[in-house]
Amino acid sequence: MKNRLITRRNILIGSAGGLLSGCDALNRNPAFQDILATAETANFKVQRALGDRMQLATEYSLADRSPTFRANGTRDPGTPDYASSAAQGFADWQLRLTGLFKKPQDFSLSALQSMPQRTQTTRHDCVEGWSAIGQWTGVPLKILLDLAQLRDSAKFLVFHCADKLGGRPYYESIDLLDGFHPQTILAHRLNGEALPVANGAPLRLRVERQLGYKHAKYVTGIEAVASLDGIGEGKGGYWQDVANYEWYAGI
Amino acid sequence: MSDEKPANRRRHGLTTRLWHWTNALCLLVLLMSGLTIFNAHPRLYWGEYGSNHDYAWMAVGSGETFGYLRFGETRIETTGVLGNWEDDQGRTQTWAFPGWATIPSYYSLADGRRWHFFFAWIFSIGLTLFMIRSFWNRHVQRDLHIGRKEWSPLALWRSFRQHTKFTEVRQSPDKPYNSIQKVSYVGVIFILLPLMIFTGLAMSPAMDANWPFLTDIFGGRQSARSIHFIAAFSLVLFFVIHLLMVILSGPIRPIKAMLTGGERREE
Repeated sequence: MKNRLITRRNILIGSAGGLLSGCDALNRNPAFQDILATAETANFKVQRALGDRMQLATEYSLADRSPTFRANGTRDPGTPDYASSAAQGFADWQLRLTGLFKKPQDFSLSALQSMPQRTQTTRHDCVEGWSAIGQWTGVPLKILLDLAQLRDSAKFLVFHCADKLGGRPYYESIDLLDGFHPQTILAHRLNGEALPVANGAPLRLRVERQLGYKHAKYVTGIEAVASLDGIGEGKGGYWQDVANYEWYAGI
Repeated sequence: MSDEKPANRRRHGLTTRLWHWTNALCLLVLLMSGLTIFNAHPRLYWGEYGSNHDYAWMAVGSGETFGYLRFGETRIETTGVLGNWEDDQGRTQTWAFPGWATIPSYYSLADGRRWHFFFAWIFSIGLTLFMIRSFWNRHVQRDLHIGRKEWSPLALWRSFRQHTKFTEVRQSPDKPYNSIQKVSYVGVIFILLPLMIFTGLAMSPAMDANWPFLTDIFGGRQSARSIHFIAAFSLVLFFVIHLLMVILSGPIRPIKAMLTGGERREE
């Protein structure tokens, strides 16, 4: 900080440089970060309070879809296990429900596909600012939660994934309100075709009222937990741990 | 205005002064943190959707040695400023807006968003309180109300001519607001600033579920994002002219008046 303030360039730039260095110094201050983060808590509370808690995200007609649905983040997990599973059309893919369930169990992809399905054409909003509209088909998460029966102590659902970014496994988490939301599905089809690898084959989470990084791809397991503390670095998701993204991504 | 007696009013009431400076700080931080957020995806679209595969009406692009700004089919080279610039360590960066224009000065979308949302709350609450107080104490009706005569093209033209005459500009801090001043202050306070809030909310997927009409009004999430950006730069334009007028008309006295309220004067 001291070094930054006395560089020649900053003196030349004068107050503008001082302001920027000041902002950067504040930005690195944990106490100040905590103050800034109070706004995110307010976003969460106000957004949850404003609507019916089961309010649906806007659904579109097929004509409204993006011509090409952009893929972001991992486009292929690239591991031998994943490649061999993909080669057989994910016939051996297992979704494991673990943690605070009364009846923890595994589901094969075909078992999931034979359950009642939901199809929804929704807008995917990335934290970066872009959007894409696509039609998703999958099994409502509520069906799986009812089958496996959550224990009373369960507060969050953690989604474990087959992909790694920068050597770390991707994961995400949502609370039970989003878990039981009718549009929260584990999608295996996009625009009427099997979900492409780039978009998270064979299973990806759709949690429509939140930003794209919450929509975990290549989902291998759902763990019901009482707290997010023991998972990853405890912030509830890959991007939260790595880059300080907010756990609640409603805005 | 803090003093209700019309014969003994200051140039600027306490509410106006408090809000003016709080708002100035908020808008500066919102602009700079907003540019950090824009840097994450420096392309603007119309409609509901828009990503790299879709046509952007405006984009900042980067090559290895150059940066450019594109409006429709028109490309303007912006090397050194947009899309390709040197940071304070002398390294070449290819983010759209340069470090001196963003908060933080290095790229961090998460941190930019934190600053943005924190100051967005202060800005929104401040604007709401200012509006309520300014109607209640009749600041709006008394000082900002644009009379029918003032809307006539001739009156606006006269007001514009006043702005080009140095002596008239020098005297303006002692006079009631002229037509162009009123139109621009009303336009900023009651149109542009609320537009920033509502287009901002329209981009939120949770708000879209809560209040779908909000995104619809603006023609979709990407349209709302484009309007958010256009309105932000309209505010920058207002700020530049505002600052120029303050400098030409003083600058010490009008700034002092916005700090201390100015001299009490009879009306």
